[in-house]
Amino acid sequence: MAQYKLQINGRSYQADVEPDTPLLWVLRDHLGLVGTKYGCGIAQCGACTVHINGEATRSCVYPVSAVANSKVTTIEGLSEKGNHPVQLAWEEIDVAQCGYCQAGQVMTAAALLKKKPKPTAAEIDATMSNNLCRCGTYHRIREAVKLAATKLS
Amino acid sequence: MSTTQTNNSRRNFLKLAALGSGGLFLGFNWIGSAEAAPALLNGASAAAGTIDFNSYLSIATDGLITIYSPNPEIGQNIKTSFPMIVAEELDADWTKIKIVQAVLDNQKYERQVTGGSGAVPHSWKRLRQAGATARQLLKEAAAAKWKVPVSELTTNNAVVTHTASGRKATYGELAADASKLPVPTDVKLKDRKDFKLIGKAIKNVDNKDILTGKPLFGLDFYREGMLFAMIQRPKAFGMKLKSVDAAAAKAMLGIVDVVTFKNNVAVVGKSTWQVKKAKDALKIEYEKDKDLESSSDHDKIFQDLLNSDKATVRRKDGDVDTAFKNAAKVIKSEYQCPFLPHNPLEPMNFFAHVREDGVELVGPTQTPDRARGEAAKLLGIPQEKITVQMTRMGGAFGRRLMADYAVEAVEVSRLAKAPVKVIWTREDDMTGGNYRPAVRYRFEAALDGQGNMIGYKLRGVGMNSGNPTREHNFPSGAVDNLLIDSVEHESPISTAPWRAPITNFLAFAEQSFLDEVAQAAGKDPVQFRLALLDKAKKAPVGDIKYDIDRMKGVIELVAEKAGWGKKKDIHQGFSVYFSHASYVAQVGEVVMQKGKPVLKKIFVAGDCGIVVNLSGARQQMMGGIVDGLGHAMYGNLTFKNGTPEQNNFNSYHLIRLNEVPEIEVHFVDNGIDPTGLGEPALPPTGGAVANAIFKASGKRLRNQPFTEQEPFKGIS
Repeated sequence: MAQYKLQINGRSYQADVEPDTPLLWVLRDHLGLVGTKYGCGIAQCGACTVHINGEATRSCVYPVSAVANSKVTTIEGLSEKGNHPVQLAWEEIDVAQCGYCQAGQVMTAAALLKKKPKPTAAEIDATMSNNLCRCGTYHRIREAVKLAATKLS
Repeated sequence: MSTTQTNNSRRNFLKLAALGSGGLFLGFNWIGSAEAAPALLNGASAAAGTIDFNSYLSIATDGLITIYSPNPEIGQNIKTSFPMIVAEELDADWTKIKIVQAVLDNQKYERQVTGGSGAVPHSWKRLRQAGATARQLLKEAAAAKWKVPVSELTTNNAVVTHTASGRKATYGELAADASKLPVPTDVKLKDRKDFKLIGKAIKNVDNKDILTGKPLFGLDFYREGMLFAMIQRPKAFGMKLKSVDAAAAKAMLGIVDVVTFKNNVAVVGKSTWQVKKAKDALKIEYEKDKDLESSSDHDKIFQDLLNSDKATVRRKDGDVDTAFKNAAKVIKSEYQCPFLPHNPLEPMNFFAHVREDGVELVGPTQTPDRARGEAAKLLGIPQEKITVQMTRMGGAFGRRLMADYAVEAVEVSRLAKAPVKVIWTREDDMTGGNYRPAVRYRFEAALDGQGNMIGYKLRGVGMNSGNPTREHNFPSGAVDNLLIDSVEHESPISTAPWRAPITNFLAFAEQSFLDEVAQAAGKDPVQFRLALLDKAKKAPVGDIKYDIDRMKGVIELVAEKAGWGKKKDIHQGFSVYFSHASYVAQVGEVVMQKGKPVLKKIFVAGDCGIVVNLSGARQQMMGGIVDGLGHAMYGNLTFKNGTPEQNNFNSYHLIRLNEVPEIEVHFVDNGIDPTGLGEPALPPTGGAVANAIFKASGKRLRNQPFTEQEPFKGIS
């Protein structure tokens, strides 16, 4: 076990965990931040996507020992009031069915738009195809990313 | 549309109670004694659940309206559509309603189940009546207060208005008075043209919580002092536990206990990651208990079953032998599908706390009642000692109709003597059984000289499939000589309902085969089906358990919207299916690019009766199609000596965003009471796609997944 000081959502957290513990389980089991989801554990589905220094990152394969001084953002900290343009677009398009994958989808989309505020349709497809949605809300995800892009500009 | 009038008599009387707060509390007893009279109840007894209640709502004196949604939310949006129906008839202000997921309570509710596309059809009238009765009482309370006739009062946004005098009162102000009035014996339901909510696109009531990461799902449930557990189950179907060496696992950091039950070894500890690592450190020996089947064995077994003389006859009309003897042409084809895991993105999990005085269960379940029943049986205690709280489900697709994973949590909690959340890894989930059964069909059709189908035979054979046919579905009733039978193989590989059970593959096979028959008869596939339906209408053969006009309705609508047969360079394929209680027809459109077929678009027309929530319904159609397409194209779980060969999303291909075509959704508007939409859009998809691919490439896809067949082989 080791003590880790983590910068998450602009706050300081401390966790006493084994060094190989994936960030995902530190967030969920130890810090009570359960918005980040477990889906596959091997970086295939994207449900666990968080931002590490602004980069969309799969927290299920990211050991806590590698986080160091990086700034972590989870769905809980994407915006103060749940009003990030991507969150607003997701609500407006009514994307979610079961909703389980959507935090990861939103985090993936938010990171994309930060880098590319006006992504092409092909760029949206390429990025969002990394995240699985078992309910099949893909059409709405595509539409919501486009809408979010207009909200950002 | 005529005004719907229902009587609150006999089976569906209403009970009313004044809440402690002086508000109005309504409940329904739908299955109670027919002789029982409407009764005035006190809030305390109602809240304690001592009365047979069903769907209910409450109105507090401060105006807060609470609607309880009793059915588990799986992503079908029931937590939005149920309250919409109540609020519609209540004339409540949708933006000011509190919606609460009810816990399992057989005394207050019935059918707290999510499955079979049955929730809205089952509850439609009950929910409307709940709202309408409350509204009637509120109007009567206002009428008494203002000494005006009830007929002069109108309601809107939770306010009763007397236009002539300009008087107004909120529902909250009237709730206490309304609670003292006798319950009306009949209430008038709204005319459909007056609907303000039903039929509109209303957003998911949990959107905000979903999008800000609030704890909603089973896996999000944490409790102070709770332990975590993972279970090692036999690695092959047909194996049983021989010995366990848990020493290394037990010595690991954070591990509290290792317990064994049946063929399972559970590691219990202080965090998910620690129990996962310790589970991997278990040294377990297994021994053979039953046959260790491989997919190649299944192929052989299917052939034996297709030729078996021990089939169960499911339906027999006329004389098939003579029809086939006299046929001008006989078409014969076989279709096969593999086992499929459900793969909800939230893997199986459940919390259980077995205490001396009772059991607490919390988790994602489509059938809380089954979880409780099986837990009670296991522990040998009365059901009343067990509470079940349903969490939102991260998908289910039928998997959570089973209670195995809830009962396992009970076992572990009992043995570890602690509150425990059992978590399945993705690998556990995908290799843990309860699959869509692998099935093979053999179809035969006899055509006369004019291309009329005079004989039809179907044999369905499956692995733990039960009856893999739907013998009374189309084209039964439209063919004079018909034989449908089936044979089942008992496999150690466990199966379970999988979204649109059986029809999820049968529809593809049947609709593809009918396409083959239409082609052999030289007929247009749409006209061929319409002619069969006309025949079924004019000269029905045996029982017909589908609605011919509704089926024709979706066929004609989708053909019109897709411009069937009128497009150049676009190859169209057709499919229609009746499942559960709704009708869906689809047209797939394929173009050839670089010698390969590419699916561009799917048109869909559905008849699910009245659409409750247009947003949810549209997404059910699109999601059902994406699900049907994805599994037809890629879904494949194979076995080697009883062990699944795929165990996570790197080896098992779930459809992704860049693999979905455009989808255009249409609904038949016929005003029929809702007939459900959770499943019916899925079954027709494979056929619409495969038939379009045949048109484009001349290659007939008969087995799933398509990517393992020509012309897709080698394309990832």
